[in-house]
Amino acid sequence: MIATLWHSLAEPWQQDIDRRALVEVLLLGLTGGALGCWIIFYNLSYSTESLAHALLPGLVLAALAGIPLILGGAAGLVVAALAIAAAGRTPAVGRDTAVAVVVTGLLGLGALLALSPDTPAGLGELLFGDVLGVTDTDLALAGGLAVAVLAALAVLHGRLLLVGFDRLNARALGVRPATIDGALLLLVAAALLVAVQGLGNLLVVAVLVGPAACARVVAHRMSTMMVVAAAVAVLAGFGGLYLSYYARTAAGASIAAVIVGVYAVALTARSVRAGIA
Amino acid sequence: MSAVAATTETAAAPLLRTDGLAAGYGGPPVLRDVAFSARPGERIAVLGPNGGGKTTLFRTLLGELRPAAGTLQRPPRIGVVPQTERSRLDFPVSALDVALMGTLTTIPWWRRPGRADRDRARRALADVGLADRADRTFGDLSGGQRQRVLVARALVQDAPVLLLDEPYVGLDTTSVTLLDDLLAGLAAQGRALLIATHDVDQARGWERVLCLNRRQIAFGAPDEVLTRATLEATYGAEVVDLTGDRCVMPPHHHDHGAP
Repeated sequence: MIATLWHSLAEPWQQDIDRRALVEVLLLGLTGGALGCWIIFYNLSYSTESLAHALLPGLVLAALAGIPLILGGAAGLVVAALAIAAAGRTPAVGRDTAVAVVVTGLLGLGALLALSPDTPAGLGELLFGDVLGVTDTDLALAGGLAVAVLAALAVLHGRLLLVGFDRLNARALGVRPATIDGALLLLVAAALLVAVQGLGNLLVVAVLVGPAACARVVAHRMSTMMVVAAAVAVLAGFGGLYLSYYARTAAGASIAAVIVGVYAVALTARSVRAGIA
Repeated sequence: MSAVAATTETAAAPLLRTDGLAAGYGGPPVLRDVAFSARPGERIAVLGPNGGGKTTLFRTLLGELRPAAGTLQRPPRIGVVPQTERSRLDFPVSALDVALMGTLTTIPWWRRPGRADRDRARRALADVGLADRADRTFGDLSGGQRQRVLVARALVQDAPVLLLDEPYVGLDTTSVTLLDDLLAGLAAQGRALLIATHDVDQARGWERVLCLNRRQIAFGAPDEVLTRATLEATYGAEVVDLTGDRCVMPPHHHDHGAP
């Protein structure tokens, strides 16, 4: 019995490809979970999703031109930011609307390029991700990202807390909110650029926002919340890979589905507990 | 009452001094002719109608607004105690986390608060009577306790001058007494406190009163400043006269103040 269980647990990891996917999910889960807590408390969920979608044309063009995807994605982010800034300045167009229009336009453009019959096969993966196609370079990037983001979050912890908690008076305590906002957005952009290749344009937000939303239901301190979110992201990542192996579903979508499932369970558990109390 | 009344016979050198100070938000100044000084041990009531310039004054003293005219001498660190009603109650921080935010001005940016900083924050919480609440979630504390946590944060900052923005708003009687004692204790330590308030009676018990209505109306000891003429110039002619020369604000000025 135990042998059978062990066998079904170990079976998906026979091949190099699958083991690489496991490491990628671990690294992105740690990064996304911890960073996601700040995304939620800085009300950046919508911005994160917008950025993820808006960098698609850059990715597709990079794939078509044969240059590294991360360069294309970075260029895509810059173009999206400029387009949003320009549209937001147009009189009679609100900022919210400007972002929505630009992002939908860029996502549509990217999808058009990626899914056109003349485009080489495989670019559809940019939309939904291909965690099983992860290369050693991708893993090195994800490792570097995890180290950089976690180190930055550790150094900035007190300042992020202050600006999130009391933005109006942060300057009196020696912290410029604009600097902290900029640093956080930079971290989010870097995380998106690296994670989008494994998890895809449409699903990357699940790892950045979902686990943190779960953790918020159970944790009452920022550092605890970050640990819980990272654990949820990593475990949901592993769970998603098992689901994908045994149910033969797409890996990125399976991971996103497990995260959403965990969130639903966490919310239900809380309302049940609140009902009892 | 002239602005020159700022000169007093107190011996100690002022911690904070303004002269001919004007401030605004780019356009014409919304506050001008501010000339007062704050000395160690002084509780200064800052009176004025909403929109009279109290917030503008505080933001200028904190260095967030550049003076449009005049001079401002201030210590490098000024503590700020904001209205607790405006703080985020959903934020996942403990009272200790909030007090620790006061260390950000004193330690270099790459360093995280160490054991000594934590001890300092715990001592500050003990000083405001919240030693046993250090690990409670900020949003779960009562209004008065949250106010005292924010005072503790300013103490950790080790600021000689504290600006308090209507700290008595929404407090029950017990909390009002606790805060009274706390502020008296802070002044006795040699700090100067600027306290924005709507409560004229309360201001009578403090060392100085500063009246603002888009300009400085008066500054000085409560007995000299809190006259019918000054209060009418500060709040408009709606001042209710209760007993002799003692004046009390009409009820709507108390709508979010102490009873």
